[in-house]
Amino acid sequence: MERVIKQQSKMKTAKQLSFQTDKRKRQMVPYLFVLPNFVIFFTFIVVPAFVGLYYSFTDYDGLSEMNFVGIENYKEVFHSSEYWNIFANTFKYAFAVVPLIFICSLGIAILLIKEIKAKGFFRAIFYWPTMISAIIVGVAWKWIFGDSFGVLNYLIESLGFTPIKWLSDPVFANITVVVGTIWARIGFFMVIFMAGLQSIPTSYYEAAQMDGASKFKMFWSITLPLLKPTSFLVLILLLIESFKQYPLVLALTGGGPAKETTFLVQYIYEFGFKKGELGYASAMSVVLFVVIVIFTVIQFKWTKGGTID
Amino acid sequence: MKKKSNILVYLALIVLVCIFIFPVIWVVLSSIKDSTELYSWPPKFIPDHPTLKNFITAFEKGNFGSYFLNSTFVTVTATILTLLVNTMAGYALAKYRFKGDTWLLIGFISTLMIPLEVIMTPIFTVISKLGLYNSLWGIIIPPAATPTGVFLIRQYLLTVPNELIEAARIDGAGEWKIFWKLIVPIAKPIISVLAIFSFMWRWDDFIWPLIVISDPTKYTVQLALSNFIGEYNVDWGSLLAMSVVTMIPVLIVFLIFQKQFIQGMATSGMKD
Repeated sequence: MERVIKQQSKMKTAKQLSFQTDKRKRQMVPYLFVLPNFVIFFTFIVVPAFVGLYYSFTDYDGLSEMNFVGIENYKEVFHSSEYWNIFANTFKYAFAVVPLIFICSLGIAILLIKEIKAKGFFRAIFYWPTMISAIIVGVAWKWIFGDSFGVLNYLIESLGFTPIKWLSDPVFANITVVVGTIWARIGFFMVIFMAGLQSIPTSYYEAAQMDGASKFKMFWSITLPLLKPTSFLVLILLLIESFKQYPLVLALTGGGPAKETTFLVQYIYEFGFKKGELGYASAMSVVLFVVIVIFTVIQFKWTKGGTID
Repeated sequence: MKKKSNILVYLALIVLVCIFIFPVIWVVLSSIKDSTELYSWPPKFIPDHPTLKNFITAFEKGNFGSYFLNSTFVTVTATILTLLVNTMAGYALAKYRFKGDTWLLIGFISTLMIPLEVIMTPIFTVISKLGLYNSLWGIIIPPAATPTGVFLIRQYLLTVPNELIEAARIDGAGEWKIFWKLIVPIAKPIISVLAIFSFMWRWDDFIWPLIVISDPTKYTVQLALSNFIGEYNVDWGSLLAMSVVTMIPVLIVFLIFQKQFIQGMATSGMKD
């Protein structure tokens, strides 16, 4: 990527040099244009990133004096069984959500790029939940799943089954969180897939049809390979999204029962903001960041950067 | 044959539509029920006696009006600031060459991958040191410099021919004037895409307000809702009414700008 940007800039330098008046004065201009953005970016992203890294090696609690403790916090993170439970919760959630949303949004995108009527209507309906805030998504699904007041349990009961403790049983609480996430996020990835599918030339399918290829065969050997860059983007975005899930869970289950649906960001938040263990919380943040980077790199390698062979 | 498979497609889509709209419809229908109908067993789908009582309670007792005003102020101000700083920076990175421009661009792009959640704790320190704690400006300023915005504007302005800018310079226009009179009108389509997204990001935002605000009079709607649902005895009537009111601004924006939303997203893989 760096090379591409450099090449682009070289090309333009040549052009811009052709115009020389007021050059001196104009050299200041781009800095002034970038300045406001840079100041905000530097103050609220770059500085905190380094402060956080620094905190992770201290016993900072927000009140008493800060002491350097070396890698103590990291040792504590890796030895804490609770941390690993939370880590496992987050992983389980990600491994349920990522493939399910991937398949569902691709499936709906395939249905929607067909020649059908009211395409815009269908697309709008599926896209609309992505605009609702995660908190309200949680409220809406809690109102449906509620153990004693939810309409879903009424339905189950009237069909003659025993009502399910959707929010107070560990397994079912996880299912409700996954269902809420799928509902809220499908539309977003559906639109990305639709753009990807539309960029595949129809002539490929026509040629395959003449050769008598089956629909499945066409999907397998035309659609999927050509969709690789899109799939790569979707996978990375989905994975990062699921690793930082917090608001939806907060509204839906509050992280319960017994921390069974507590994920990493909530756990970090509780240590940093409620227990005041800022050093420890920062160390956990650094670990989370490293995990996200590792996954991004693995996916990048695995899909060869999303390029088509 | 063709017809038959099409019928199946429609059938599948209609079933999906029902599943997709149910949660929202159910929230809206429930919000206009009185307390007896709200918890009646078996539940009533359409209320017999629709009432706006829940909405009145939410505004009168729940102080929802002031949360709504806070959110509106934050969303509008933050969107204006976002458009201003990102368009300026995007323009500079697209049309000027200066020392460090490549590194700056790489810096911006690489932070697209860093979730804000990872730096929550140190951000809190920075916010308090700058005196922005418990101030709405603490939610407005920090997320304004979104890398997505800079990148979006830059990519768009790369397609503008340099000759256009040079011609304006020959005519004697200053750089600032060129920006406002030439670049901003040209970039209008992409600026409006960014405006719509910024509106949604800020209105739906939860993490920033959570970090910055603890004073209940400064709550945004999302903070108020999350506090409300966390209570031991949830007043579902008010909660559902508040949720409906909170969804309305985004729904209106979506209905008006649906096309830009979906196009903007598809081309850039938008993420805040």
